Amino acid sequence: MIGGQHLLGMQQLDSEQINAILSTAQGFLQVSRRTIKKVPSLRGRTIITLFYEASTRTRMSFELAGKRLSADTVNISASGSSVSKGESLHDTVMTLNAMQPDAVIVRHPASGAAAFIANRIDARVLNAGDGQHEHPSQALLDMLTIRQRFGKLEGLKVAIVGDIAHSRVARSNLIGLAKMGAQVRVAAPKTLLPRGLVEAYQCTICPNVEAALEGADVVMALRLQRERMEGAFLPNLREYAIEYGISTAMLDRCNPDGILMHPGPVNRGVELSPEVVDGPRSVILDQVENGVAVRMALLYLILGGEPA
Amino acid sequence: MPRTVLDAKGISEALDAMAEAIASRPQDGPWAVVGIRRGGEPLAHRLVKRLTEITGKEPAVGTLDITLYRDDGFGPHEWPQVGITEIPFDLHAHTVVLVDDVLYTGRTVRAALGAILDYGRPRAVRLAVLVDRGLRELPIRADAVGLQIETQPSEHVDVQLEVTGAAADAVVVGERRPQEQGGDKK
Repeated sequence: MIGGQHLLGMQQLDSEQINAILSTAQGFLQVSRRTIKKVPSLRGRTIITLFYEASTRTRMSFELAGKRLSADTVNISASGSSVSKGESLHDTVMTLNAMQPDAVIVRHPASGAAAFIANRIDARVLNAGDGQHEHPSQALLDMLTIRQRFGKLEGLKVAIVGDIAHSRVARSNLIGLAKMGAQVRVAAPKTLLPRGLVEAYQCTICPNVEAALEGADVVMALRLQRERMEGAFLPNLREYAIEYGISTAMLDRCNPDGILMHPGPVNRGVELSPEVVDGPRSVILDQVENGVAVRMALLYLILGGEPA
Repeated sequence: MPRTVLDAKGISEALDAMAEAIASRPQDGPWAVVGIRRGGEPLAHRLVKRLTEITGKEPAVGTLDITLYRDDGFGPHEWPQVGITEIPFDLHAHTVVLVDDVLYTGRTVRAALGAILDYGRPRAVRLAVLVDRGLRELPIRADAVGLQIETQPSEHVDVQLEVTGAAADAVVVGERRPQEQGGDKK
């Protein structure tokens, strides 16, 4: 059960809860494919999406998820709100709290921002990405996409390639996939590989991308997060693309049924060559569709229970 | 003590009566028989067989999951099971016969009406139930009833079917178990 809880990260979920969330999400896929894409489950609830960072798919997907459950959704982004007048996070959050929302979905550049908010308000908080910490709904939609293809997560070989250090997507997936018994390998330039990774997440570090992709069932490419790189992490993009960019020839090292994932947005020609983005192994658009279903499941499971 | 109000033969005869009641309005046809998950699902398939025998035409068949349309949410210790709805026919061209095992408060049927109308606009909707146990909380009645009985709110009506794992087909009325929570309150 996750009813009435905050969702701050994959860290808080066990494998039983993860499986139940994925099964619930599978049932929600159908709603988005109907002519009338709405069920009354969260009628009259108020959901605020509070985004301090740019986002297309996560914000849109949470907003659609709320609307398809009949909740009222309101968006606030940092630009265009009082945040741009210098209001503190604490004050913004207390202001929102006074408007009695049922859930606040937050994205913020600071790790721990979601927990900071959860400690201050009455509404349920869903973390939609806080700094380099976690992005649980992304990991869940990734796992749903994998489970649809392979019917399971346990024992699958998953390669995560790219900017591990700055990626909350990688972190949430590393935590979640380990709990589900997948075998995760990572490949990244040393400057983009945090210390203590193997001990913390039971993963293997590969010397290069080729080794990571060998026999892999799932390849997760990550976006190179240039906005989070203040120092000289990389010589230049071209060199990164040559060493760590994934091409069709590289993907041939995977399991014949192997799939390619990317959380988006893609830097075409950097972490992925343009032809693999649209290639037969790509499930990037399935991830987007599953994203709405997973977020519907999360909102429904957290807010939809009987009032306590 | 639990009492058996229908045995296998009784259930079979009840389904015959339900099919007759539906077929007695030929102007309704063509029919689509839609079982409400999960209790109504196996009964819908049996009703389809009988309607085919009586009318000489096989009605369309579907299933309806009403989890997301319930008015009571789900219990604090429950993982709701969001099931799949299957309506593999054109609703506009059919009269839908909603099928459930037990008609009680009427809340399940209210939810089912909301759900079916979100899939399209059927010509009409009829309701067929194996057991009507009374104690309605909403103004809803069935068009075809297999068995009408009087019950107490403290009681539970259990429809046991071989196809869903029971030893034999039977409808049994007993005391509601105190730890019972969530799910369909029959």
